[in-house]
Amino acid sequence: MLTLTLNGQRHCLNDLPAATTALSLLRGHLGACGTKEGCASGDCGACTIAVGTRNDRGELHYHSANACILPAHQLHGCHLLTVEGLARREALHPVQQALVEHHGSQCGFCTPGIVMSLFCLDDERRRQGVNGPPDDDTIDAVLGGNLCRCTGYRAIREAARAMHTLPRPAMDDPGELSPVSGAPASGFYRPESRSALVEILTQHPRARLIAGGTDLMLEHTLALKPLPELIDLSGVAELGHIDEQNEGWWIGAGVTYHQLAPLLADHYPAFHALLERLGSQQIRHCATLAGNLANASPIGDTPPILMALGARLRLNSTRGMRELPIDEFFTGYRCTALTKGEYLDAVYLPRLRDGEQLLAWKVSKRRDDDISAVMLALRAVTDQNGRLNDVRIACGGMAATSQRARHVEAALEGRVFDGDVLADACKAIAEDFSPIDDVRASREYRLAAIAGLLARARLRLTSRHNAIPMTLEEI
Amino acid sequence: MRKLIQHGSSTALSACETVPGHDSAIGHVTGRAAYVDDLPGPADMHHLAVGLSPHASARIRHMDLSEVRCQPGVIDVITAAEIPGHNEVGAVYPGDPLLAENEVRYAGQMVFAVVADTLYHARCAVAHACIDYQVMTPALDPVASIKAGLTVLPEHMHERPLPAPALDRGAAMSEDTQTSGNVDRALQEAPHVLTGEQCIGGQEHFYLEGQIAQAERLDDDGLRVLTSSQHPSEVQKLVAEVLGIPLHGIVAEVRRMGGGFGGKESQAAALGAMAALAAHRNGCAIRFRLPRADDMQATGKRHPFYNQYRVGFDETGRLIGADITLIGNCGHSPDLSEGVVDRAMFHADNAYYLGHARVTGHRAMTHTASNTAFRGFGGPQGMMPIEGAMDDIARTLGLDPLDVRKRNLYDLERCETHYGQQIDQPLIGDLIETLEASSNYRVRRDEMAAFNADSPVIRKGLALTPVKFGISFTARHLNQAGALLMIYTDGSVLINHGGTEMGQGLHTKVCQVVARELGIAYHRVRISATRTDKVPNTSPTAASSGADLNAMAARKAAITLRERLVDFASEWQALPREQLTLTGDGLTTGTGHIEWSELIQQAYLARVPLSATGFYATPEIHYDRQTGRGRPFYYYAWGAAVSEVHVDTLTGEYRVARVDILHDVGDSLNPAIDRGQIEGGFIQGMGWLTTEELKWDDQGHLLTTGPATYKIPACGDAPRDFRVALLEGHPNSQATIYRSKAVGEPPLMLAISVWSALRDAIASLADDRSSPRLDTPATPERVLMACHAARAGNVHDGGATREEMPDVMSEK
Repeated sequence: MLTLTLNGQRHCLNDLPAATTALSLLRGHLGACGTKEGCASGDCGACTIAVGTRNDRGELHYHSANACILPAHQLHGCHLLTVEGLARREALHPVQQALVEHHGSQCGFCTPGIVMSLFCLDDERRRQGVNGPPDDDTIDAVLGGNLCRCTGYRAIREAARAMHTLPRPAMDDPGELSPVSGAPASGFYRPESRSALVEILTQHPRARLIAGGTDLMLEHTLALKPLPELIDLSGVAELGHIDEQNEGWWIGAGVTYHQLAPLLADHYPAFHALLERLGSQQIRHCATLAGNLANASPIGDTPPILMALGARLRLNSTRGMRELPIDEFFTGYRCTALTKGEYLDAVYLPRLRDGEQLLAWKVSKRRDDDISAVMLALRAVTDQNGRLNDVRIACGGMAATSQRARHVEAALEGRVFDGDVLADACKAIAEDFSPIDDVRASREYRLAAIAGLLARARLRLTSRHNAIPMTLEEI
Repeated sequence: MRKLIQHGSSTALSACETVPGHDSAIGHVTGRAAYVDDLPGPADMHHLAVGLSPHASARIRHMDLSEVRCQPGVIDVITAAEIPGHNEVGAVYPGDPLLAENEVRYAGQMVFAVVADTLYHARCAVAHACIDYQVMTPALDPVASIKAGLTVLPEHMHERPLPAPALDRGAAMSEDTQTSGNVDRALQEAPHVLTGEQCIGGQEHFYLEGQIAQAERLDDDGLRVLTSSQHPSEVQKLVAEVLGIPLHGIVAEVRRMGGGFGGKESQAAALGAMAALAAHRNGCAIRFRLPRADDMQATGKRHPFYNQYRVGFDETGRLIGADITLIGNCGHSPDLSEGVVDRAMFHADNAYYLGHARVTGHRAMTHTASNTAFRGFGGPQGMMPIEGAMDDIARTLGLDPLDVRKRNLYDLERCETHYGQQIDQPLIGDLIETLEASSNYRVRRDEMAAFNADSPVIRKGLALTPVKFGISFTARHLNQAGALLMIYTDGSVLINHGGTEMGQGLHTKVCQVVARELGIAYHRVRISATRTDKVPNTSPTAASSGADLNAMAARKAAITLRERLVDFASEWQALPREQLTLTGDGLTTGTGHIEWSELIQQAYLARVPLSATGFYATPEIHYDRQTGRGRPFYYYAWGAAVSEVHVDTLTGEYRVARVDILHDVGDSLNPAIDRGQIEGGFIQGMGWLTTEELKWDDQGHLLTTGPATYKIPACGDAPRDFRVALLEGHPNSQATIYRSKAVGEPPLMLAISVWSALRDAIASLADDRSSPRLDTPATPERVLMACHAARAGNVHDGGATREEMPDVMSEK
């Protein structure tokens, strides 16, 4: 049985198939049609909802999510707030009022999603006691996953800047959220401990593992696969933690990008900058680092960085835990080293040593919420003589999996990164990779863009002219 | 009515005096505004899904759908054989069967339909079809199609000066473009001649609400079709034709669309007809919604174009002559391509006097979805060659492109277009002067040059481009509209008109006009859904004409009622008519004021009819296809934009940093709504020219079938510095509704400034002395490749060149 609270009202639902999405629950079962379907793939944001959970002190926190790819069963014990739930009788919520006053809607179909994304921003700022208008970067980050085809966004941005000036009535507390006990959902398994997880994996060998589900659920919504059995990692206590060690951090498989962001901001700024362009806010609230590895996409954004860092992976099964360098994890197109009954438990990020630099760039057609055409990540130490040591470079979008660029590494290792070395490195790209033409880029562009990123790496590692901008962000 | 409603308290007119926002704004932000898929369906409602052709060109040898019929929840499977009337939903010309019969002409074409209890079941069942296709080689290259004579409609030409005898239709349609010596001689004798070519990509509409229709049987064998369509009268007509029943048996209804942009002008009809056919066969209600990937494959898009230009000019950059060839990729059938390529030709001059001119339009057939209306309707594609040429000329002569543009603008002397229309209000010169100053163009140009000189990686680009856009349907008979106005006994007013609401604020503007004519508060006036049983024989809400036509029709209805009410009041109050006006939310007499609802109740009791129709037909316009001359447009809307871009020359990525726009809407009906149209149109045009890339494989399968691969602008792509102003003090010279101008399409083409600025940034890598070729969409990939070419000094390779270009026409 699924227990959830929608806009303050408790619902108990039986017999929902495992892969039922939050959106079909809302629109099909509960008759709440304010939330729209624009793409059924988590790319347009028209279905954005606010998922509310209580923290240790019992305070409600809301985060935005794409209802079209969110498994309804993951809302068990949550407060689900939708566009219908914000206004109090005729009094609009400040987010809604600001959008009306600033002419932020035209056709109105994306508007419910935009309302909910901005509501979550407003809620977070209120909890954190932040005053004043949000800045442009914040607004772009929050709305990066909400496509509007009509307005051109200026009016929406102004509404986002103005919403804090309007009176904000307290939201009604939805009261008790904890689930009602009842028969477990058929096909949707919610282990709460690592040992239970291993056991369920053994009992249900055909079940698919799901954490954020932001990739897996598309098999259901776009390819119409039934996904009858899902094992949910998001409730496994041990997987929800980041364990700090002397030399690095173990990131549990249930840790979302959103939860990971502060650590990256403090220790890996280049990784953090990339994270801000990975999916959308809604996706980052749900998706996990481990998921990005386990789905073994050839164009995953994080694997090249993890390879450059020399990350290690912890795999677990009834046969016990084992560790694997990330370089050995991908075995082919959409194939990994995971064996039957085994799951990816945690990812180890080694701490950068003194003098060690991590650079990472993604190239995509659109800046926000796009999949990379190519990725380049580089980790190296520059010694006193300006020579590069311990060079590790990995690329995404250049082969069937993310892959180390060993010839390029060799071209750089132990050398001063001058123009000749750059030329050698660029030549080596073709020895490491033979990329293909596809919908995101041509082979020629992939090779040229990686060469461009190597040139940028050289400028970044050697330039003394810091006043001259080397990236669009620096202007 | 035995007893009338008590008068409410007198309404302040303030609501009428402030400019209202979108009439559904509160519905939008609360989720109460309902779209077709949000409506509670009747208890007997079923869902429909379609099987799409996997091949671009094939014969259907055999269709076995028996497995489909056995799938869970399936109640009906429909093929072309089951259509009782015509299997045809083409808007203007035949060629668009509702369901494929014997052959398929594009990958994504609807072949059969499945009706099931749920959409999921219907979609799953589709996969079980066994269809034997004899696959043929598809035609996918429009230029090759033209060479091979594969067209959907004949070629058309504008030429000035005209050769002496007027061409007969046969001659104008012939493929001989050498009928006049004047243009060729002018180009031969010009001091400078440049040629260029460009491939202009298409564009997916990406309305957030996908195509949808719902059909319900009425108790008298009629059908009600709820549709997300810009053209409910056409849905009504095509449903009737497909079913073989009279038009009065069908009611098509549109409350609102979740975006249209032209994509629901002709393309929505197939869904309405399919749902109606299934409802008719099964005696139940049917909802037919296309999932996004099906929608993107099955429906047409903006026409891709291949353009060539040859321009002759003097030392100052002034044009002497221009020879422009436009090849529109129409897809597999004519659909609206006659008008689209015509409009591209009408806009080949954009805002410039071309001198001796020849514009030739071709309509290529390819085995792709039939390309269709999209905001601008060919105008944007038609403007691209001359805007490219302006930049090329400037770089050839070492001039600022803005100076070249200014030297070529239409003005009071040079004011006749290449198709013979006189421009009576050439606002563009003054408009550009104003924008040049307000955007600080010259100072920024100098700063940019200094920046670029010292910047190895990042290059900045700047461009100011104008827009002149002709307003009216080029199909003359579509320039008409009707309205039905009803006043109820409490004084509330309901207006229906033929226009549809897709977000553009049309209903708001029409309500404003009615309130203004009747002198009443805005909130007294309401618009319900657009229905074919309220106002018949309506035109599509398209060609930016929604307010021009429908607000005028509504105004005429309001004037009829106003005069009737004043006649009545004159009798009732025993006062001369001249002393009576409807104003201040009631009747103002010489001595006092009678509240509106009191007036209406008295009129009702005196048996004055309180409803009226209004009708409007645009005057003046005409166009002779045989001579290629006339006045196709009632007037022109003007605008200009300055865009600044920053380009990363290592990867080709870029940002649009600042945009300044000055745009002409005459006397604005609603400045807030007009500004929204300008900004939204600009960003949509920017998407068309930058990141929105449609890709097909070499067998004609669309690869970009969803937002994961097809990238429309996101919030972060819009310029953070976005300064938009309406041109003040220039009411329309023509008698349009309150001297306003249409605003739906013209701003889209302001985005050409972004493309031009990208070329400007790239040209800086070659010291601004040569013009890089930059096909569109100018994705980071194309920008990087153009950067490489510019750095290598290789910009003559396919870009603007001084040499004679091979003419695609002469190679047959």
